[in-house]
Amino acid sequence: MSEQHRSDLEQRVTALLEAHDPATTDRAEFLRARWEAGLAWVHFPAGLGGLGLPRDLQAHVDDLLAAAGAPDNAPERNGIGLGMAAPTILAHGTPEQHERFLRPLWLGEEIWCQLFSEPGAGSDLAAVATRAVPDESTGEWVVNGQKVWTSSAHLADFAILVARTDPDVPKHGGLSYFLLGMREPGVEVRPLRQLTGEAEFNEVFLTDVRVPAAQLLGAVGEGWRIANTTLNSERVSIGGQAVPREAGMVGKVAQTWRAHPERRTHGAHRRLLDLWVQAEAARITGSRVRQQLAVGAPGPEGSATKLVFARLAQELSALEVELLGEDGLRYDDWTLSRPEKVDFTGRDAGYRYLRAKGNSIEGGTSEILRNIIAERVLGLPGEPRVDKDVAWKDLPR
Amino acid sequence: MTAQPIPAAPDLDLLPSDVETDLRRSVRAVLAKTCPTEALVALADGSDDVSGPAWSGLAHDLGLAALLVPEEHGGAGAGPREAAVVAEECGRACAPVPFLTSAVLATSLLVRLGAAESLARLAEGGTAALVVPAGTASAGSWARRTGVEVSGGRLAGEVRGVVGLPADLLLVPVHGPDGPALHLVPVDADGVAVSTHTSLDATRPVSDVRLDVEAGTPLATGDEVTAALDHALATAAGVLAAEQAGLAAWCLEQTVAHLSERRQFGRVVGGFQALKHRLADLYAEVGQASAVAAHAAAALAGESDVPVSVAVAQAFCSEVAVHAAEEAVQLHGGLGMTWESPVHLRLKRAKADHVLLGSPDAHRDALARLVDLAAPTPEAG
Repeated sequence: MSEQHRSDLEQRVTALLEAHDPATTDRAEFLRARWEAGLAWVHFPAGLGGLGLPRDLQAHVDDLLAAAGAPDNAPERNGIGLGMAAPTILAHGTPEQHERFLRPLWLGEEIWCQLFSEPGAGSDLAAVATRAVPDESTGEWVVNGQKVWTSSAHLADFAILVARTDPDVPKHGGLSYFLLGMREPGVEVRPLRQLTGEAEFNEVFLTDVRVPAAQLLGAVGEGWRIANTTLNSERVSIGGQAVPREAGMVGKVAQTWRAHPERRTHGAHRRLLDLWVQAEAARITGSRVRQQLAVGAPGPEGSATKLVFARLAQELSALEVELLGEDGLRYDDWTLSRPEKVDFTGRDAGYRYLRAKGNSIEGGTSEILRNIIAERVLGLPGEPRVDKDVAWKDLPR
Repeated sequence: MTAQPIPAAPDLDLLPSDVETDLRRSVRAVLAKTCPTEALVALADGSDDVSGPAWSGLAHDLGLAALLVPEEHGGAGAGPREAAVVAEECGRACAPVPFLTSAVLATSLLVRLGAAESLARLAEGGTAALVVPAGTASAGSWARRTGVEVSGGRLAGEVRGVVGLPADLLLVPVHGPDGPALHLVPVDADGVAVSTHTSLDATRPVSDVRLDVEAGTPLATGDEVTAALDHALATAAGVLAAEQAGLAAWCLEQTVAHLSERRQFGRVVGGFQALKHRLADLYAEVGQASAVAAHAAAALAGESDVPVSVAVAQAFCSEVAVHAAEEAVQLHGGLGMTWESPVHLRLKRAKADHVLLGSPDAHRDALARLVDLAAPTPEAG
């Protein structure tokens, strides 16, 4: 029935564009009209910016609107909100929470960040120590703790938060999931400067921050299960777009090679061709994963794409610095900046080399991804769990 | 500076059709029955009771000798995508059959040159072999390496390292004073001597062919021969990538199965993180090899982006197959080194496949020209 969906969607897009000519309509007004028409995210339910259609049809809508010169909702400004918070709120929120949060999120009126990782809970995410304690007199929750690696925290209005509500049970069972206002008293955001010189992330200190009872997502103690919805959405949202041959990091290196015949060596040539082939293999694999998704049969290869992407980005960016010789020893700018969005291939070769080091750490380290592939895809035994049946408060820290 | 823009990647369908899925199931069933491990292992000891039944199952029961033969010549009229499915299963089973060399390589050449009579014989289960040295990746590289000449009305010389024998018909390309030509020589003609070596990969023997026969009229001459040879070698190289992907997938599956059973230090060995991580990396490689091989087959079927797709597929899948087989030997421990275990058969086949239709290095060199990544000039550096 996909063809029927497509023609139906095309009619809806045409109707939207006729009623709200992008050339003469105010941006915010156009976005609101798009939301009302169910063309914001077609896989969401009617009334919440969608039409309850298959997810892969959204790209077609986006293409049609872009071709007509319509404004988008600046998705790069709210990646966490759109990619992680929205699907989680949709899956686990109450009707009141859907009404309150999804529309301003999609419109970009409210920016979201993700308060998951902590100094003592990175790969071991269920070990979070940030506490949420109910205040019997007001029904609010009072949150204390420290979060880290928080992208966009300095821009965010709300956060998805995982906090400990019961220290007396094993770690996975004592967590709850909250929607926390980032403008509330007690929220302090400090830039966290990285090895690139910029501060793309933040540390977030939470001191007696009050969260209304209505902003608990799901039930108390359900935090781990809900966090997995978020993490699965994160993995789906990585590498979603079709890319042309020689796009991204491999293109940068290939251009450098072509531009500098005087710097070519046979060893570098061998590495370059090898990496070019591997990048093409990764591109083709991504293409097949998307084709499988489109017919509703996602292949397990998807779990390996981030692993491969990270390794390739690191090897390619390393080669580029070497190819540039003495120019590779220059760096464009060490000034502390706070970019609104991350561009892995932006700036110069030295930046790319340094930034790529994060590719195998952020969004799940390559080591954890290998465990996931080995255990969930290949069915090999899990790691020994010494913390499984121990109350969180009794774990050594 | 830039010689030409790099070829854009076409949007190819990488998912199997229902026909391909059915074909895979049939081929797998036949090979499961006809290629038992002990019979494959015995090949290297000189006992061959596997090649005949395996080829008979594919060629006669399933009609796959004629897979790429056009319908008007009695064949199935299928294309590279279907051939890749069969090759992938042959790789998994390590099948000692001339599917790649006869039903794909020789047949593609004969189809291009319109050799109706020979194609009809192949469609009935006959076999043919292209008489070039193993490692030939293109008509250009063949021209530099052949040892057969035409003079005084005779076709004479020796070609070492030919794969695909025994076969009924020899396809002999020569580069004579009048340019390229392709001669057809029945293997039982007077003046044909085939000596088969003890081969690294006993499932695909390597032979030397010595010829001193009457030249007769060539099947084709000139640029037509070069173009048809290039096409046939590219088709075979793309299909070989599927064989390599199938072989690699088998190695991964067998290794995971073994490590899920084997216990040491009171634990299932597959639970050790050092091994899990190696298998996870291998899983990523194997999945990519399968996609890359499917892409090459789709490119060949659509006759779009063939040179780049095939070069990428050979450069990538050759490496993955050898890596998977080497990992399988290592991770099977002592068992991996034994004659009884089927693992070494895949290592030998993978290493032989690595050089069969051009090494990964040769294909990367080809790619360097295709995508404008030129090698260093002598004065650079």
